[in-house]
Amino acid sequence: MLVDEANSALPLSDDIEFTDMKEAVDSPDRVAPVIEFRDVCLSFDEKVILNGISFSVRRGETKIILGRSGGGKSTVIRLILGLIKPDSGRILIDGEDITDHDEPALMTVRQKMGMVFQEGALFDSLPVYENVAYRLREQGVEEDEVEAEVRRMLRFVALEDAIEKMPSELSGGMRRRVGIARALVGDPEIVLFDEPTAGLDPPTARTICELAIKLRDLHDVSSIFVTHEMNNLRYLSSEYAVIDEGGEVRFEKEGERLCMINTEILMLRDGKVGFEGKDEELLRSEDPYIRTFVHGK
Amino acid sequence: MAAICLPFCAGRCNLTLFFKEALPTRFLMNPLLRFIAELQDVSLLLWRSIVSLRHGPRYFAETLRQMDMIGVGSLPIVLLTGFFTGGVLVLQTYPTLEYYSLQNESGRSVATSLIRELGPVLSALMVSGRIGSAIAAELGSMVVSQQIEAMRALGTDPIRKLVVPRITALIMMLPLLTVAADIFGLIGGGIVANYIYGQDIHVFSESVRNGISTKDIIAGMVKPIFFGFIIGLVACHKGLSTSGGTVGVGRSVTNSVVTASIWVIIFDFFLAKALQYLLDIGRI
Ligand SMILES: Nc1ncnc2c1ncn2[C@@H]1O[C@H](COP(=O)(O)OP(=O)(O)OP(=O)(O)O)[C@@H](O)[C@H]1O
Ligand SMILES: [Mg+2]
Repeated sequence: MLVDEANSALPLSDDIEFTDMKEAVDSPDRVAPVIEFRDVCLSFDEKVILNGISFSVRRGETKIILGRSGGGKSTVIRLILGLIKPDSGRILIDGEDITDHDEPALMTVRQKMGMVFQEGALFDSLPVYENVAYRLREQGVEEDEVEAEVRRMLRFVALEDAIEKMPSELSGGMRRRVGIARALVGDPEIVLFDEPTAGLDPPTARTICELAIKLRDLHDVSSIFVTHEMNNLRYLSSEYAVIDEGGEVRFEKEGERLCMINTEILMLRDGKVGFEGKDEELLRSEDPYIRTFVHGK
Repeated sequence: MAAICLPFCAGRCNLTLFFKEALPTRFLMNPLLRFIAELQDVSLLLWRSIVSLRHGPRYFAETLRQMDMIGVGSLPIVLLTGFFTGGVLVLQTYPTLEYYSLQNESGRSVATSLIRELGPVLSALMVSGRIGSAIAAELGSMVVSQQIEAMRALGTDPIRKLVVPRITALIMMLPLLTVAADIFGLIGGGIVANYIYGQDIHVFSESVRNGISTKDIIAGMVKPIFFGFIIGLVACHKGLSTSGGTVGVGRSVTNSVVTASIWVIIFDFFLAKALQYLLDIGRI
């Protein structure tokens, strides 16, 4: 497929895969989900938030999570990171059951994940530079490498001139973008976006969606994308990124060439999975609840 | 017990909350149960801190920064406290001693009470007010602004990164602060004896020297180690178990200072008894 070609043109560290490619094609490993929820239940005090949620995210897939405010979307993300534990059910990351992992074991699992917090959650006593560099510092990366990577990430979110600033000097949207830069440093395999575009202007929101598309199509990153905005959903489920002859990244609409877009939608409804599938099915759905969600009435 | 993962993680994994789940809420109103649950919480935090000392990343730079903040930062208030406490001890005891014609022993009386008791306890109380509150406030606001979660999400153990350096710094700095307070207390005492009661400074210092034994000094240094430990542990625990937004942070700060101070005073009694027994001091 086209996307795969673009993929192999990139110097990705995927060469491990080649040796066992033949058997891997139909081995269960290949299709083993990166994130898997099996019948997860969770309640806070007496309030049931998740009541038997099962879903899975394949490698390189983006899962858009919809649901009303307070419906448990952020909770799902916190469960994936192991920040909280489910009451029952299992959570698997890369086939590894993390449900009963203790904190040190979870630390290793979390190394491969990046999370964009809904409220930013920047370290407010550290300048932007140190916030973005945080993970690299913890891994003991060399200083000049850290600086190059931090500048690259900040350029990515168009905030290179805010590098010396403290988080309190930034606007809400700028803080969110720093949060995105911080999550993406170190090239995580799994990226969790918790409403990354809320409160941002349309062009910036679009940039963030493009970023998520690039991660999905060019870097084989699996991601969860929580959002309330239908625009985001449209971008993510109808466009794909390719690298053209000039080596530039281009975004093409679905249907321009043959391509399967690796995005699915999951809707949480009263603690259950209310809908799971492709965007066309969602848009075509006759269910009144889904219709109010998609069309706003 | 599988539901427990951390003494503070995101509200619901809190051990105290575990109790809330395991027992009907009305039981939790029972202060004794609440106390036990909290003690369990603190022990878990302590255990995790100790385990994290064995291997893995250690944050020396952070520890040094904390030592600077705690040690150098608290020096003025601790010195002032020591100085005036020594002064007031002489001010109050000198007339009594004079009544019994023992005024030449005023140095001994102030040295004994300062080095054995007042130096360690008052320094600990001052540090608990200044540093304990700061730690609880800092960690508490990090909890409510999700920075602790972000730290965990980025693969850092907050216990390693935040708790261990703070407790270590307190354990190392409090004995030094206490020594400084003791010395300034003796100076304060000497000044009062000399300027207010007209005692010869040599008489005073001679009596101080006679009054202090090595055992007193050891006892005076052992206590602040324990106190530093208590202050750090209580402040970190209260900070990390903060819930309920900014009001919660305020509550944690107050609780941390009050709890640490009370524990310092209670522990002081038992430590004094234990040290008396172990070092065979306290008898004239
Ligand atoms: N630590 C907690 N203690 C008690 N209840 C909580 C806690 N965290 C979340 N909740 C509850 O869980 C429910 C789901 O919260 P969550 O943050 O997952 O919602 P959400 O779907 O992300 O909403 P939004 O779109 O507004 O961000 C909410 O009703 C909230 O009150
Ligand atoms: Mg949310």
